[in-house]
Amino acid sequence: MNPSADRIRAKFPAAFVRADVVWGETTVFVKPEHVFDVIQYLHDDPNEQYAYLSDVTAVEYRDLEQPLEVVWHLRSITFPAFIRIKAQMQKDKPLRVKSVWPIYKGADWLERECYDMFGIEFEGHPDLRRILMWEQYKEGFPLRKDFPLRGRFSRAEQLRQALAANPEARYSMEELQIADAFEDLPSDMRRRLLGGEETGE
Amino acid sequence: MGLAARPEHKVVSYAPESQEGWVTSRLDFLVNWARAGSLWPMPFGTACCAIEFMATAASRFDLSRFGMERMSFSPRQADVLICAGRVPFKLAPVIRRIWQQMPQPKWCISMGACASSGGMFDNYAVVQGIDTIIPVDVYVPGCPPRPEGLLYGIMMLQKKVMNERMSDQSIRNEMEPDPNSKLYIPPPVIDELSEPFGNSVHQTRSGL
Repeated sequence: MNPSADRIRAKFPAAFVRADVVWGETTVFVKPEHVFDVIQYLHDDPNEQYAYLSDVTAVEYRDLEQPLEVVWHLRSITFPAFIRIKAQMQKDKPLRVKSVWPIYKGADWLERECYDMFGIEFEGHPDLRRILMWEQYKEGFPLRKDFPLRGRFSRAEQLRQALAANPEARYSMEELQIADAFEDLPSDMRRRLLGGEETGE
Repeated sequence: MGLAARPEHKVVSYAPESQEGWVTSRLDFLVNWARAGSLWPMPFGTACCAIEFMATAASRFDLSRFGMERMSFSPRQADVLICAGRVPFKLAPVIRRIWQQMPQPKWCISMGACASSGGMFDNYAVVQGIDTIIPVDVYVPGCPPRPEGLLYGIMMLQKKVMNERMSDQSIRNEMEPDPNSKLYIPPPVIDELSEPFGNSVHQTRSGL
């Protein structure tokens, strides 16, 4: 058992549900409304230092009674350690959980993927759009168990909708306006961009 | 390598001792021969078929024997679109735009099971055959096809090119389906008519 699990139990008695060890990996079940605080603690505390968020995903079980789980995989580089945080979401309530984007900027695309495939809304995410499916996709969330394998629409309708999509429309204005982000870039990248492209002639 | 012999094209009546400096041929044949011998491929590789395609282009199988060593990574300078791999719906408008950007005359090879029919990916995300988006000249079966298979497909395409007639302009016409035409059948009706066997737009293969 990862000692962080006991420290979470001691520090967040209201949030802690239970902790499991499966194949040497510790899973801590936490109440969804407290996930952000627990991950903030794991990231900031000098005794924890979980600096790397390696995955955000979700699990829906075939047993429809089981709650849907949102999963965070955290890794500490300083003390080589791995911990998995899980939050169980009841399906009859809106699937909302606070985004960890303010702690880990890398959560941006992970949470977008999780939203795209499972429909979990991450509150506080700066740009929660679909990432794998196109943005006008209307059929639902493909990895949910109630989603039919071939999608909800007929093949003809799927193809019509796909061909009606504009390939350039997927980019947000932020992605298109690289020039606006110039001041935020690292200095070596700025120098390279200012110098222009070398063509090798 | 198990390849069929190239077809003999009886061309020229050329007897140098009696007809000094003269060659006669059909213009059709000459143009087609030039086209078939210099098909520039536009590789559209999305999956493992692209690995086999690279092997075909490399020295052992040597695509340049067919005048195809010049990979055109720009659709405007390409003759053959070789779609190697599965095409998800998100890529459908992209491959159609690439096809529209290619100048006539142009051909398309659908390489592998996924490009030809969706293959094993009978799911919500994958186009069930690129022939539902763009016209395909040669289908190469296989998962993925071996380089010999692709070479055979290319030789079939060359044969097809050799048999084109310049007087027949209809093969170059690009027509969008016209919903006002009396021959037009809307896709949902096609779906309905082709039950339970399915068609290239709506395939019925498993009970799911």
